[in-house]
Amino acid sequence: MSHTIRARLQLRRDTFSLDVDLELPGRGISALFGHSGSGKTTCLRCLAGLERASHGRVEVNGEVWQDDTQRTFIAPHRRPLGYVFQEASLFAHLSVRDNLMFGWRRVASEQRKVSLEQACELLGIGHLLTRRPATLSGGEAQRVGIARALLSSPRLLLMDEPLAALDGPRKREILPYLERLHRELDIPLVYVSHSQDEVARLADHLVLLEQGRAVASGPIADMLARLDLSLSQSEDAGVVLEGTVSGHDPAYQLLDLRLPGTDAPLLRIAHPAQALGSSVRVKVQARDVSLSLDADSTSSILNRIAVRVRECRPAENPAHVLVALDAAGSALLARITRYSADQLQIHPGQALWAQIKSVAILG
Amino acid sequence: MFDASDLGAIWLTLKLASVTTLILLLVGTPLAWWLARTRSWWRGPIGAVVALPLVLPPTVIGFYLLLALGPNGLIGQTTAALGLGSVVFSFTGLVIGSVVYSLPFVVQPLQNAFGAIGQRPLEVAATLRASPWDSFIHVALPLARPGFITASILGFAHTVGEFGVVLMIGGNIPDKTRVVSVQIFDHVEAMEYAQAHWLAGAMLVFSFLVLLMLYAGRRDKAGWS
Repeated sequence: MSHTIRARLQLRRDTFSLDVDLELPGRGISALFGHSGSGKTTCLRCLAGLERASHGRVEVNGEVWQDDTQRTFIAPHRRPLGYVFQEASLFAHLSVRDNLMFGWRRVASEQRKVSLEQACELLGIGHLLTRRPATLSGGEAQRVGIARALLSSPRLLLMDEPLAALDGPRKREILPYLERLHRELDIPLVYVSHSQDEVARLADHLVLLEQGRAVASGPIADMLARLDLSLSQSEDAGVVLEGTVSGHDPAYQLLDLRLPGTDAPLLRIAHPAQALGSSVRVKVQARDVSLSLDADSTSSILNRIAVRVRECRPAENPAHVLVALDAAGSALLARITRYSADQLQIHPGQALWAQIKSVAILG
Repeated sequence: MFDASDLGAIWLTLKLASVTTLILLLVGTPLAWWLARTRSWWRGPIGAVVALPLVLPPTVIGFYLLLALGPNGLIGQTTAALGLGSVVFSFTGLVIGSVVYSLPFVVQPLQNAFGAIGQRPLEVAATLRASPWDSFIHVALPLARPGFITASILGFAHTVGEFGVVLMIGGNIPDKTRVVSVQIFDHVEAMEYAQAHWLAGAMLVFSFLVLLMLYAGRRDKAGWS
């Protein structure tokens, strides 16, 4: 069985056309990222069969769900998928428990992989079972929606901006649960989002959609570090790095994080202790990276890393430039003023020191 | 209070309204479902035909039904060919007439209820392995429950209040086609005002109670979250 999700979708509407050929890894979280109107939700609906692409082929880990050359179209209810909508969309006439069991009851018992207890534990909703959907908060309802999808034992999970309808605190309430799903369940997840922050936290793979076309597709770390994509122009531009915990200083409460590769740099992060050897994902925002010609050790900045300039491009804001850096194999982005870039005479291949003002641990 | 012919008329009216409402729910549900969801060009014309009894004088409906059910009409010839004989001036004829006459009072509340549910719950059900029929039974019907209650009450009450159509196609045959509204008309014609008072008063109270049920029940309409 090949671990790939392939979708070739063409679709024409009055004001919009979609034409994509996606190849996503058959495990982990793939994000479909783009502005509203970029076609990401339509892609997801076509994967689910809720909408039918006029010329399409959808293949999920070896199973063909749609192939218009063979006139194959599996109806949505025959596809082993779970779908989480932007609004929780719980059935108003059923209790939370009956909502959760709706899909579970409709799956043959030998195909059930998730039990009610597991799903409740995973999403922290055990205390809500007897409630009516109307009495739940937005965050609770969405957790029930996610658990309901899991209980149909899907072989593919689709999520359409599950956090977009929630406010900041509710978002932060749900994100840890999504990260847990990612760690604990082996179900590939296609996640639609227009939030660079969410994507940086969750995704392993990213597809960038613009006006119904897939502009680029690749591992999240590579995609976020590319200067030729609109991602680098966003206010939240930055890179994600996966590191291994290699030490902790209890006196100063600093965590040491070793980035992959030989003579890779060490990041020191203000953070409580974590198990040695555990893997941690961090985000380094482009605006938090400054550059200097020498290792100025007199500042309060904790992380100073030797880097080499890969590429330099003007930012949308004419006062800024974006600099792509290589830190012994790990990619970094820096957003600095054009004035400073000229003063330092930034050019590809140049050796510099990057000063990282802050490193955010993502789950 | 009520004499035997009054009681016969009341019993006949209740029987007619019950049978009619039952048939209307069976016929009206698929029709309302189709009207609420189709994008077909036919939606407009068929919706208008369903609504016609709202505006036509009952005598006009009765007149055309009389022609259709009569020995030379389409329905009359069909029933004759099937060996059922003529249905004009019979209970069956009244049921057919009432179904046509009360159709919009059942179809429109159902159509509104199905429309208010929207596409989303059915899409959710499909992603949870429910076939279209399964979704209809276990999601659409329960969510449309307030619509079914309104449709049943309105269909029943409107049939009870029918007069013109009955006179045109049912006539005035005791225990077969003489319903309460016709019986009241007979009493008034015969100057039996006391009898007319009892029946008219009963109709008034009945109608008020029905509408009270409808309007008081509006509050606990199920929402969608």
